[in-house]
Order: sequence, then structure tokens, then C-alpha cells
Amino acid sequence: MSFINYLSREINCKIVYYGPGLCGKTANLQYIYGKTNPNARGKMISLATETERTLFFDFLPLALGEIRGFKTRFHLYTVPGQVFYDASRKLILKGVDGVVFVADSQIARMEANLESLENLRTNLAEQGYSLDSVPFVMQYNKRDMPGIAPVDELRQMLNTNGAPDFEAIAPEGTGVFDTLKAVAKLVLTELKKASGG
Amino acid sequence: MADPQMVMYEEEFTQIQGIVDGLVKAANANVVFIIDKNGQLIAAAGDADQIDTTSLASLTAGNIAATGGMAKLLREQEFATQFHEGQNANIHIQLVDNRVILVVIFDKKTSLGLVRLRVKKACEQLSSIFETLADKAGAPGQAPFGEITDDDIDNLFND
Repeated sequence: MSFINYLSREINCKIVYYGPGLCGKTANLQYIYGKTNPNARGKMISLATETERTLFFDFLPLALGEIRGFKTRFHLYTVPGQVFYDASRKLILKGVDGVVFVADSQIARMEANLESLENLRTNLAEQGYSLDSVPFVMQYNKRDMPGIAPVDELRQMLNTNGAPDFEAIAPEGTGVFDTLKAVAKLVLTELKKASGG
Repeated sequence: MADPQMVMYEEEFTQIQGIVDGLVKAANANVVFIIDKNGQLIAAAGDADQIDTTSLASLTAGNIAATGGMAKLLREQEFATQFHEGQNANIHIQLVDNRVILVVIFDKKTSLGLVRLRVKKACEQLSSIFETLADKAGAPGQAPFGEITDDDIDNLFND
């Protein structure tokens, strides 16, 4: 649910990074945080365990620039990837405007990708959203790891709807901003459509 | 979309700002702010520039969401009020009509009793304003973002 403030001329949107445990959701946000002008971002909040596994969420507020005098602000969230944190994942999806699915390219993690994607579909449906209609971008992360599946195969398994997709190596930044831009663009386009534009 | 979009107009914002300004004084609080359930800051008053309201807003919304999840498991509709007591600062969090969250940060200058009393009064006033806003956002003919073109969106991402 975006929030449009006519007075301060701001548009606020919420983007959620989803995916299986250890796929690199937090790494995406950390890279964005590290590379963004401090004036354009707020503090990054990570609610993580002592072993740096996300417990509840990571949060990064980001200003992307102005459209016709409206400041666009995006709130980026990650969900905890581990299976047993499902209750938290559901909460974070509330009011989402766009979703990035971060897939782990390693063949050994294919099952986990599929399970997480199915979980996303179910949890979105509970909030009254459909994965087919919500702004959605796919990222094939960890392209530098050994034992990865070819992109065509990943696409066939995970991106049957043909959403915009990107290869990524999140800690190095490859594909990170492409993914963010793509989802932000889809969110704004959706907002425009919803306004009858 | 599952949730209606929230849109803020000048008239309602002025009323809301008036209420939070008034609450700071009436409750003798340090900071008062209102956020929506997704963690977007709507209005703030008091020494708000002394704290990171954006982060606090997001964490408060997460907190309310988690508490709501707990309520659901106990077959309660919601836990509308939360209070966190620290050594110096205290936070009173109030869910208003299951729509927005009113947060009051205060210290020893005042008491929990007074804060609760003033929050209750403010809630009644806020309730009707947000109802009006929800009606406005849901009304047909509202096209706040409609005049923006595809080119405008593209331009935002030109490096």
C-alpha cells in the first residue's frame, strides 16, 4: 500500500526481498546501503540473530529522486528466509507494493527456491494479493558459486510468468541495482495504472 | 490491490498535525508521531528531529504487526495498546481504529496515567479524520498519480 502525501509531495512505497535462507537478501540491501549517497538513504536496520541470520526483517529507507515534483521514497525490507519464520514473513508482506525474489543459483538449493516461491505465493494470497499481478522481479543470485544451474533452467523452474529477471552476485553488487531499478519502475508504473493514468 | 492506498491532503494533515502538537503539550511528552501500519511516517511533533523517526516508524509497525500476530493466536482481535518502560525514556504505542499507530515518547516529566488519558482523547479525534481520508482515497475520480507519464518514470532511472 503506497502512501501519497500531497503536502510534503512524497510517494512512499514498500518493496520486499523474498527468498530461501542464505540466498543473499540481506546482502542485496547491504550493497545498496554501501553504495547509496548518505543523503539519499536512512539507517539500515537489521533484526538478526547473533549468527547474522535475519530474525524479523532488515529495513532500508531510500530516496530515488523526484517525479514531477514528487519525491519517491522506497522502503526496502527483507524477510527471514528460514522456513520456521513463516509468521514473520507474513507480517512483512502486509502492504507490499513490489516483490523481489532472490533465488540461490546453486543446484543444491533448487528445492529451497521452489519451496520459498510457493510460500511467497501462499502468503501473498493470504493478504489478498496474487504473484501474477503484484510488481515482481526475479534475481538469480550467487552466479559466482560452484555448482550453479544455468539461467535458462532457473528461468524455466522459477520464472514461468516471464517477470523481469537478473543475474547477480550480491556482495559484489552485480545485478543488485538493476534488480532494484526494475522493481521500482514496475511499482511506479502500477501506481500510475491504479490512478487511471 | 488488497489495501487501499493512503493519500494525505492538506486539510486533514493540518488537523492531524494540530492533534499531535496538542498531545505533546497536553501529555507533557517529548515526541509524538503517527505512522501507518506499514511503517510510513504520517506526522510528528515535539523533539522529533532529535530521533530517527523513519527507523522508529518501521520498527513500531513491525512491533504492532508482531503483537497483532500474537493476538490472533490467542483469538484476540488485537492488542491495541503497548507500553515499553526504560530507565529514562518510555514509549506508549496505541493502535487507532486498526488503521494508524499513535506513538508517544515521554520521560519522568509526566506520568503514564496522564499519557494514557490524553492519548485516549486524541484517538477519538484522529479516528474521524482517518475515516474521512479513507473515504477520500476510495472515492472514484481520484487520480493523484495519473498525470505522470512512462517517460517520467524512465527518467528517474537514467544515470
